[in-house]
Amino acid sequence: MSVALDPAPVLSQFAHPERLVTTEWLAEHLGDPGLVVAESDEDVLLYDTGHIPGAVKIDWHTDLNDPVARDYVDPEAFADLMSRKGITPDTTIVFYGDNFNWWAAYALWVCSLFGHADVRLLDGGRAKWLAEGRPTTTDVPAPARTDYPVTPRDDTSIRAFKDDVLGHIGNGPLVDVRSPGEYSGELTHMPDYPQEGTLRAGHIPSARNVPWKRAANDDGTFRSVDELNAIYRDEQGLSPGDDVVAYCRIGERSSHTWFVLTHLLGFENVRNYDGSWCEWGNAVRVPIEKPGHPVRP
Amino acid sequence: MIPPALQEIVDEFATMPKEMRLPLLLDYANGLPPLPDGFDSSEMQRVAECQTPFFVAVEVDADRRVSLFFDAPPEAPTTRGYAGVLAEGLDGQDVDAVLGTPAAFFTGMGLSELISPLRLRGMGAILAAIKRQVVAQTT
Repeated sequence: MSVALDPAPVLSQFAHPERLVTTEWLAEHLGDPGLVVAESDEDVLLYDTGHIPGAVKIDWHTDLNDPVARDYVDPEAFADLMSRKGITPDTTIVFYGDNFNWWAAYALWVCSLFGHADVRLLDGGRAKWLAEGRPTTTDVPAPARTDYPVTPRDDTSIRAFKDDVLGHIGNGPLVDVRSPGEYSGELTHMPDYPQEGTLRAGHIPSARNVPWKRAANDDGTFRSVDELNAIYRDEQGLSPGDDVVAYCRIGERSSHTWFVLTHLLGFENVRNYDGSWCEWGNAVRVPIEKPGHPVRP
Repeated sequence: MIPPALQEIVDEFATMPKEMRLPLLLDYANGLPPLPDGFDSSEMQRVAECQTPFFVAVEVDADRRVSLFFDAPPEAPTTRGYAGVLAEGLDGQDVDAVLGTPAAFFTGMGLSELISPLRLRGMGAILAAIKRQVVAQTT
């Protein structure tokens, strides 16, 4: 059973308004049957300091990633995760989190790999909920276990791998959503973040730099559809039918941009290259573009 | 070597069931003492490697005992937890014990299954910042 859509006029401008909810809507619908609210954060302790009443925690690192291989969990582990969180295939999942919903968008994207139908983001995320003085609790819900079916993971539609990207260079748009310093190769990591062992800096040849943050307002909500079109369509020349690949460092910031292009602007063929710079910047003999240098190799 | 007080905390984490380690880190976050009067975080060193604003100050007294002062916002509980561990494990130790603490002391805590490598490395970055200040004040 799906939960009613948020009819807020501010959402109707987007291509898929059913993918967003406002804080007002969520406050009124907490506890609705068929709705599970899930918090996914950068800071893994944040949920435990206080979260939206009734919300479960989905940890991007321990719940969504395989503990050994660099990959997402397999269908059995995903079904077990959903079952533990009280989610069925008909459940409406509303994701929210810290840092402009990076990890909420990432968790939503991973659920989409497994074909979970009704996934939505809380516009503005954790920061907006708190800024509005809405209630939080440290009570951790204990949902009744469900029996979520084991469903295959589709790695072809919205996910790109290194070889896909190699074949994409020169054939389709690549969007590098990292900060300008990472794109130009001055940094291999976000400003103020520690190094994460990337051996080379720069960007994938032909990629255009459109930092993810340009799609967000300071309060964490998404910019209007006119502002987003001005960036991605007018300035970058992208069209909804384009085969677009987005990447960042480990795939969370590009999940944010994937959400914007796919669900807010209605692009139909956007893939997230989750290997991103942590793979590309360490891979042997992949071409790298760096200002002031010829593309190598 | 790891000073005994810090080793005790490492062991406390390591012997805890996996699902209790993050709640324990949260206890350390909540137990981080507030800055005493007279300290202003704008005059303290910001640890550049930490993504959230995080400040550390070090004092070395005439007996070469090290006092540690931290300031981190409540919306960064993991970083506060790291600071809480170091405050309890290293505050009051002598200079040699602090400088002799291995950079990777935290690998034995069993947190790597729970926290991604990038974020876990914040603990080492804080220790490195402490050591830099100790060296600056004793040489």
